[in-house]
Parts: sequence; C-alpha cells; structure tokens
Amino acid sequence: MPIAAKFEIEYLQYLDADGKLVREDLPEFARDTKTMVELYKLMASTRVFDTKSIALQRTGKLGTYASCLGHEATHVGIGSAMKPEDVFAPSYREYGAQLYRGVRPRDVYMYWGGDERGNDYQNEPAKHDFAWSVPIGTQCLHAAGSALAFKIRNEKRVAVCTIGDGGSSKSDFYGAINVAGARDLPLVAAIVNNGWAISVPRRIQSGAKTLAQKGIAAGLACIQVDGNDIIAVRKAMSDAIERARRGEGGSVVECVTYRLGDHTTADDARRYRGKEEVEDAWKKDPLKRLRNWLEAQKAWDQKQEDAWQAQCSEWMDNEVNAYLETHAQPVTAMFDYTFAELPADLARQRDEAIALDKGAH
Amino acid sequence: MAAITLIEGVTQALAYEMKRDPSVVVLGEDVGVNGGVFRATQGLSEKFGEWRVFDTPLDETTIAGVTVGLAAQGMKPVCEAQFEGFIYPMMEHICCHAARMRNRTRGRITCPAVFRAPWGGGIHAPEHHSEANEHLFTNVPGLRVVLPSSPARAYGLLLAAIRDPDPVIFFEPKRIYRQYKEEVPDDGEALPLDVCFVLRDGTDITLVTWGAQVKESLEAADALAKDGISAEVIDLATLTPLDFGTIAESIAKTGRCVIVHEAPKTAGFGAEIAARIAEECLYDLLAPVVRVSGWDVHTPLYRLENKQLPSTARVVAAAKQTLAAG
Repeated sequence: MPIAAKFEIEYLQYLDADGKLVREDLPEFARDTKTMVELYKLMASTRVFDTKSIALQRTGKLGTYASCLGHEATHVGIGSAMKPEDVFAPSYREYGAQLYRGVRPRDVYMYWGGDERGNDYQNEPAKHDFAWSVPIGTQCLHAAGSALAFKIRNEKRVAVCTIGDGGSSKSDFYGAINVAGARDLPLVAAIVNNGWAISVPRRIQSGAKTLAQKGIAAGLACIQVDGNDIIAVRKAMSDAIERARRGEGGSVVECVTYRLGDHTTADDARRYRGKEEVEDAWKKDPLKRLRNWLEAQKAWDQKQEDAWQAQCSEWMDNEVNAYLETHAQPVTAMFDYTFAELPADLARQRDEAIALDKGAH
Repeated sequence: MAAITLIEGVTQALAYEMKRDPSVVVLGEDVGVNGGVFRATQGLSEKFGEWRVFDTPLDETTIAGVTVGLAAQGMKPVCEAQFEGFIYPMMEHICCHAARMRNRTRGRITCPAVFRAPWGGGIHAPEHHSEANEHLFTNVPGLRVVLPSSPARAYGLLLAAIRDPDPVIFFEPKRIYRQYKEEVPDDGEALPLDVCFVLRDGTDITLVTWGAQVKESLEAADALAKDGISAEVIDLATLTPLDFGTIAESIAKTGRCVIVHEAPKTAGFGAEIAARIAEECLYDLLAPVVRVSGWDVHTPLYRLENKQLPSTARVVAAAKQTLAAG
C-alpha cells in the first residue's frame, strides 16, 4: 500500500544517568569546560533557590509554591539556548530558565508570596518576557502571537514557550503549534514532560508514543531529548531556536524529565505515586550526572561545590531578606493598574477602599 | 464624501488606522481575501497584505491567544470572532490574560487589543449566530465593552478602541449593519469612549439602550411623541466603564426610566443600570424602573426570534406603564 506520510522521532542524549558520555559528537558549547561549569552552577543555584522556597512556604512566609525540583537541566537548558532578544512564555515553574534571563529569586517569592510586583521583572531580557501563566497551556498561543509579531516586523527573534506533559493536551498547545506550522512562525514549544500533571500520569494524557510527535501533525520539526541531560536539552533547543530564527519554521522539543517533588506545596504526591518510582527517578538526577561528568574531567571538585553552595545560600538569604522586607502594596495598587487611566466609577471605588483602609488602622 | 453603512464605518476605520499605524493588524477567520463573512474587512488584504490581514486557522482560541501575544509584543491587533456565538472559546484569553495583563504585571506588559464580533439577532441566521452576550464581559475588570449603533459611531468608536491602550470588546449589531447610510468623513477623528450619547432630548421619560435596540427605542420615542410624551433616548455605546452621570442627569430631569436590551433579563446589563439608579437616583424617581429585554430563554431559531427581540410596541407599552405609575 502506498504510504501517505512517514515520520520518526529522534531521541537525543549525551550524558547518561551516571554522567558518562553516550556519544562522542559533543556540541561545541559542551567542549568548553567554562560554559559547562557555569551551567552547572546555575542548575545548582536553582536547586538551592527551590529548597529555600519550600522552606519559606513551610514556615508560613510564602503562599502555595510550585517546585522545580528535578527540572534543573531542562529549565537551564532552555534558558541558556535563547538569545536575549528572544521572548520566553513560561508556565509557572521554569525558574531555572527565568533566573538565566534575569528574573530574581525575590520576584518569584513576591509572586508566590501574594504580590503582583513579582511579575514586574526588572532586568533585561526577562523584562520583555511573559509573566507566569497559570491557566494551563495558554502561554503557547501568546508565544505564537509574539512569533507572528516578529514575522510581521521582520525581526530575527524567536518565541519560546514551555508546556507540561499535561499541558500538551490543551487546545491552546495544539492551536499554537498548528498556526506556527501553517505560517512558518518562529515558535519553539518545549514540552517539559515531567511524568505527572498533578496526579494524572503521562500515560493517560495521550496515546501518542512521544509527545514530541504532536508537532509532526502541525508540520513542525520534532525531537525528544533526555530532559535531565543539559547538553541534550541545550543542543536541541539551540538547534530549534536557530532554525526558527533562520525562517525555517518552528519546533516541538520534548524534554523527558521527572517531577521529583509534589505538584505544589499544596499537593501530596504520596497519594498517587509509589516510593519506588520516585527513588528510581532520583537515580537520574540531572545535577548529580553533570557534576559526575565535570568531576571526571577535573573541572569541578568538592571544594568548589562547597564554596558555590555557600555562595548560593548567601545569595538566597539576601533575596529572601529583600522579599521579607517589602511591605504589602497600598490598597490603591488594586485599582491603579486595571486601566491605563482610572475610569471615574473605579476612582470612586478606590476612594471608598482608601477610606475603609484608613478606618481599619 | 460618500454616505456609508454601519459596517462600512467599521471597514473605513480599520483602513484608516492600518494606514496611519503600521502596528495595527487584523486577524480572524475569512478576514483576508474574502473580506470577512459580512465584508467588514473588505479590501484590506489587497491594501495591506496577507500578514497584516491575517487569515488564521479555524480556531477561536488561537485567534484570541495570538491576539494577546501580538498585543503584548507591541502590535495593535484587531481580531474578529466571526459571530458573537463563537466567542466563548476566546473568553479564557480575554478574561484571564488580555483584561488582566496590565494589572498582574503592574503595567510592565499591556494588551492594547480589540476583539470585534458581529453581535445580536434579527437577521434570520442559524443557531449560535444571533446571541446577545455583552453582559458576560461587562463584569470583567480591565475590559471595555463597546457597542456602536450608527455608521458614525462605528467609525469613531472603533478608531478610539484601536487607539485605546487597553483591551476592548467591540460588538457590532449586525441587524443594523446596513440599516441606513450616513455621511461619515474619513478624517480619523475618534469619538470618546466611556461616554453615553444622548440621541434625543426629552423631559418625561428616559429610554436607556444600546446596540441594535437603539432603533426600536428611537421609534418608540417617535410614537410616544405623537401622544405628547417627550422621551429622552440614551445610547450607552460604552457599557463598561459606564458613564452613569449622563443617565443620572437624565433621570433627574425625567424621573422615569425604561431600559431596553436584547439580552436575557436576569443579570443582563440592564440589571446593573437599574441597581445604579436605585442606589443613586431613587429620590428622583416618579415611577419604578422597567426593563424591556429578551426573555430568560435561549435565542430561539429564527421562526421565533422576533418574539425574543424587544419590539417598538413593547418599549412604548413599558413607557406608558411607567408614566401611568406616577
């Protein structure tokens, strides 16, 4: 019978779970020890940041928080593959990518600590990135719209969105990759497949063998990578991003990782998944394997590790203090960003709220 | 200067603003070569090309989400929901993102987008093509809801909506798309948003309305005048943020109010106006406020749709009932 279409999904991995190279054709950046140490340091600091965030939540100093434990290679790999002029549309736990792009830990604490100012990123290039997107998958279309803006304006920029394995079930994801394929938009959708959408496992999100292949239906380039191997993530993302920048179309990159923590601090993953699965996943820890590889090359040692951990702790303490020292916004802040100019009716409500607030003190 | 219809006012505004401002783009289903199913985007594709008059894949969620992305990255998108009955998949992007983008980022990212849709019943269209659902958006903070009711207001308000730095829902009453023509100079002069238009001065009763129901309300005012009753007719034009001052001023003068709208009665936007009158104008009232609206039913298929749409006779009867009450 004639074949109407055929496809294959390549799987990319350089470092295995023990940090041993499984292929020799290392990309150029990975041959540069300094670059790899920098990536390791950011992955390690992301974990210190995450640990600190959970501690803050557990001690009542932070609201519900979505941990990124175990996603460090995927997130830092995505962030480091982007250029400053590109635009990032994250979901809500891609801190590794965002820290790389200038979001400060205190911004994250502010947001999860109940303060909109956390979304007001101060540093470039994060300043032109989207804020966290809580309604699942919606950010994919915002990235597609950004990509269309770049194409209309003839700018050599790329829009990158991240989406979970669960999020890849949403029509927004399908819509985004579909319009990107139909119009060759510079969009790269990174599926962060961490195995779980709260309590629902990957196997009942989709009957597709890979989530990457969803991009085939949209006419995009697709690849699946070991999401705990930062070399693979960064290589695949860089290739996809530069391909898009050259005007050759969008991509779907599926990063297979594992959510080592709960969905958020309000979740208890012990309710729906077994201990053995999590223990197995820890054996594939992205930090440990990169550290092993760097140590085998004499590019990193325990002394450097201790020094870096101490430096990260100090950094986070500073960030936590900066966060804890901020006061709640004045009650007027609720009103003042609703419209560019405050409508008369809203101004009256604002006055009422001010008067009530004064009475309360 | 040629006389134009309401829908031609829409086209004229789009063409003017696209020429003036290269960041304005139009997107939606069939908006390109076909010029839109009602021809609102007629001729724009030839003038501005397929990237600024962008035919999207057939997915309303995509249209709305892409619109948000465009607006957040410096464009001024004007997207089209082909009919208001198909706007529901767009609501997540309108309510959760477009309307709150400025607020949740403390002004770092804004969303200057216009979401256009042909709106309302009365053209014998198929199911889901004749809804009046503006009230679903008037309760969303950060969003403007605008309904023009004449060619000049379609032109002037759409220009204002595109230039506005915040998102606007722009519902076009399709029943009066081609009701009449008037001369509308293509001078790029916008009309003010957030302002009601007093279409007819009166002293005995205030008729508050918007959209296609402006037609029935003006006809009712004519009929009432024959009986010596002087009706003031107010077209809200911008539902939210509401210019309640104009309504209050009118009621201070007339002491009576009938609210006329196409949407179902319960929790329709007329309820908001009646509540505001009760809160702020009670002692000016000579009679209870009356709402003439669609019934609390689904928009019927077209054999019955005229039983759902408020008629001139219903408005006249309500006005007379109000006058009889005090």
